Amino acid sequence: MKNFDLDIEEGEFLAVLGHNGSGKSTLARLMNGLLLPDKGTVEVFGTALTEKNLYDVRRNVGVVFQNPDNQTVSMLVEDDVAFGAENVGLTREEIGERIAFALSAVGMEEYRHATVARLSGGQKQRIAIAGVLALKPRVLVLDESTAMLDPRGRREIMDVVLRLNREEHITVVLITHFMEEALLSSRAVVMNRGEIVMQGAPSDIFERHEELLTYNLTLPRIGEICKKLQAGGMNVPDTLDVEILAEAIAASLRSS
Amino acid sequence: MTITAEHLSYVYHPGSPFAAKALDDVSLTIEEGEFFGIIGHTGSGKSTFVKHLNGLIRLPSSQKHYKKPKAKKGMPSPVVPSLKVGEYDLSSRKTDFYGLRKKVGMVFQYPEAQLFAETVFEDVAFGLKNFERDMKEKETEAAVKAAIEVVGLDYAAVKDVSPFDLSGGQKRRVAIAGVIVTKPEILVLDEPAAGLDPLGKKEIMALLHRLHGDWCKTVVIVSHDMDEIAENCTRAAVFSEGKIVYALPPKELFLKADELFALGLDIPLTAKLRLALLKRGIETDCDFTVDSFVDAVLKKRGGAS
Repeated sequence: MKNFDLDIEEGEFLAVLGHNGSGKSTLARLMNGLLLPDKGTVEVFGTALTEKNLYDVRRNVGVVFQNPDNQTVSMLVEDDVAFGAENVGLTREEIGERIAFALSAVGMEEYRHATVARLSGGQKQRIAIAGVLALKPRVLVLDESTAMLDPRGRREIMDVVLRLNREEHITVVLITHFMEEALLSSRAVVMNRGEIVMQGAPSDIFERHEELLTYNLTLPRIGEICKKLQAGGMNVPDTLDVEILAEAIAASLRSS
Repeated sequence: MTITAEHLSYVYHPGSPFAAKALDDVSLTIEEGEFFGIIGHTGSGKSTFVKHLNGLIRLPSSQKHYKKPKAKKGMPSPVVPSLKVGEYDLSSRKTDFYGLRKKVGMVFQYPEAQLFAETVFEDVAFGLKNFERDMKEKETEAAVKAAIEVVGLDYAAVKDVSPFDLSGGQKRRVAIAGVIVTKPEILVLDEPAAGLDPLGKKEIMALLHRLHGDWCKTVVIVSHDMDEIAENCTRAAVFSEGKIVYALPPKELFLKADELFALGLDIPLTAKLRLALLKRGIETDCDFTVDSFVDAVLKKRGGAS
């Protein structure tokens, strides 16, 4: 990272894009003090992050990582979700409530007494999110949390994250390779070599096709199809929506 | 080498409360020269099937204390599972599994996690040295060099580097080089592009096409990504609950959108667009690759004017 400036508003859904090695994960680790910057400051809700207030900041900023198997600590779902809450010294009753809240937020209430090892990847990842939610954080950072999941697991996680953002007003920072996921965000930033090189609404970013390519990123596949149709002389807009594209193709065919 | 599986079944933890039927009477033939896709969501049996192909999971009849089930009077004779990979009969106890594994290369999910040696050269050479114990050093070196180059790495630049100092995509290439260095006829890869960024994915798929044909006659990939299947495979099998539901070329398979949705699977983007156009009364005839879809749409316009 060098000379990196970024403000994230409370309640925002921010997507961070970038190829491998662009500094995305470093950003995630800076946000809750897993790494401290060599120069400059990270402010979370107005407080500058220092070694002294790390633990308070982490209550507010929860990070979910890539590999579900590396993020579970207990045999039972209930114990696993309670782990963080136990460590900040909540009372027994309160922990019980927090577990119930967190599991229902990720739609896993029925699995409270299940064995973690017998869950699917998507379910384990939802448990990892629940473990973070049990601390009632105001910011949720997902560092490629869907990369190892199958499409169904990926959808499960995205549904949960969207709901948390909309209903619980939790700020979400979504670090991802999947262009389709970035489309759900309200703002996207593209990182390259530790710097922000593009930012804006996701649809605006995907319109700047050539530029994305220079940062080793590709368009979502639908964007690629739009470009190819345009190259073939068909009058279709840059869109990321199947129905809009189909309508445009239909209109263009009718007029010819 | 043709792969012929007949009536394969497999149960994990048989006889325990956790018994789970992973394969249920699966029959499938994969011809030599195919670029074959295996689809299905987690737990559908695809990995279990693939593990049979080089004997990581053995058929009951190839194991020591196997007793042939006896036919009972008046009952249909018991189904005997069989699996043949080229000249290797995997249902026999006498199969040369060592030879088989030389011919069937297996690349697991996240193969970079299996890198272990101090240098890229040693890592790639490891399998080869174990398979070909009396190979001369010069020959080993030539084979390793060829493998590293075919996966798109600069031999001179990486051979003495620790594999752990490479980027994610490069590590995966090294791991693949370590499997293909023995020149397997069949290369099986479990989710070869998972976890890579979009460009890394494209590069890995391009690499597999480069290998397919000259280097490995047959390529089998397990994938969750329907677009990847549509774009790359000659044929794909859909697994669900331990059974094969379809084994078809993408061109036919992705016409079955409703059936695939019902199985909890997705369809490629081109197939979604085709459906959206169909709703508007426009038929597109394509094999579901992006290029053929674009061609089909553009041709429509040509025909009308």
